Amino acid sequence: MITVLVSGFLTDFTGGARTIELDATPASVQDALTCLWTRHLALRDRVVTERGELRPHIGLFVNGDHIRHLHGLETAMKAGDELTILPAISGG
Amino acid sequence: MPKPQHLDVRSGDILLLVGTMKGAFLIKSDGGRATWTVAGPYFPGRAIYAMAFDNRRDRHRLWAAVNSPFWGSYLSSSDDFGRQWTESETYSVKFPEGTESSLKQIWQIVPGATDQPDTLFCGVEPAALFRSDDAGASWSLVRGLYDHPHRTKWMPGGGGLCLHTILPDRSNAQHIHVAISSGGHYRSDDGGATWQARNVGVRAEFLPPENRFPEFGQCVHKIACHPSQPTRMFLQNHWGLYRSDDRGDSWQDIANGVPSDFGFAMVSDPNRQDTVYIVPLESDEFRCTPEARLRVYRTTNAGASWEALTRGLPQEQAFETVLRDGLTTDAMTPTGIYFGTRSGKVFGSHDAGESWTSIMEALPPVVCVKATRV
Repeated sequence: MITVLVSGFLTDFTGGARTIELDATPASVQDALTCLWTRHLALRDRVVTERGELRPHIGLFVNGDHIRHLHGLETAMKAGDELTILPAISGG
Repeated sequence: MPKPQHLDVRSGDILLLVGTMKGAFLIKSDGGRATWTVAGPYFPGRAIYAMAFDNRRDRHRLWAAVNSPFWGSYLSSSDDFGRQWTESETYSVKFPEGTESSLKQIWQIVPGATDQPDTLFCGVEPAALFRSDDAGASWSLVRGLYDHPHRTKWMPGGGGLCLHTILPDRSNAQHIHVAISSGGHYRSDDGGATWQARNVGVRAEFLPPENRFPEFGQCVHKIACHPSQPTRMFLQNHWGLYRSDDRGDSWQDIANGVPSDFGFAMVSDPNRQDTVYIVPLESDEFRCTPEARLRVYRTTNAGASWEALTRGLPQEQAFETVLRDGLTTDAMTPTGIYFGTRSGKVFGSHDAGESWTSIMEALPPVVCVKATRV
């Protein structure tokens, strides 16, 4: 099982839940997201593009580390990991 | 987040749809157009590049293009003048599988021809056209334009590579015009199946002198046309002001007496053929009103001459910018004209530009103004 953490705007699409437990044990961040979409489809288009790429101003963190500094969407995951989705600091 | 104020809208009211970089606003007046009431912000924090009102089939449907650098872009509609807006589980405007593109921003939404009351068009970045034939419930990419061999050679302008203007011929659904920055003006004569670049005579100031009049690649900022005179068109270019008398096949320079032929906004008068309004800007390097005077220019003779309309507009220290969708008209008599500025001001005229009043003074930067009579 892994845990997905969301906040703010995205909780509009999770019924208000900030913590989502995924019973599956996905092998990668990409697999975890695919699993997440089956639970909360509305998160998908808001987090990734129609090409499946992470939107430019969205950050994904595995146990607190940005996947940019790991292996991107191919970053490996294991049972007990925590995946956090956050909007970046940008704009004006 | 701020809770939006709402409007009670009645038949006969004039409604301004104002898109800003931080949300949408609705501004209402009765038919007298003397006093105005504002509502919003809707979609606070989102950039609303395009809005539209669809009153075909007795609808009263507002449309908004909702853009976020974080969460992507989608179309939302309201059938109760903004009290409730749709936000679907999945986004409806998407590049299909088999294309290499992903939607960056929605720049335009426009109802289709009169005899196609369930058709809408939507222009996006990267430059492409989408079409709905079920009143906006679903959208599909117009492949005839997307697959055009020119597409891979189009270059982004300062705002991105966007299809920002869609001009369906109201009397002939086969004829559709679009403008792309920087791709130029394209026309379809078969309902969107095939497209031809139509830019003869339009200059590309940013290209070397030997290639200043290319087949395509111009940075066309806006095109306009009177609905009952589809053969005569007008074009505000990135440097250049033009008229066509052959549905865009060729263009003639009509920058006769304007302080600058650079600008974005252009709109035709729905009550008078050959009457067009623009707001010139000084240059591409200094995109503000020339001589710090806020002037709308009007031609009533298809560009043979232009006159400045200034009564009620600031004529000192007015460093304003009106963007391509920031100028609009209503269909009242005399014509109402409205525009919004990047400094968040909205001005209006209820006498075809003879005099102006301030309607709003402190909105976020205005990128879109549309007007309709309910």
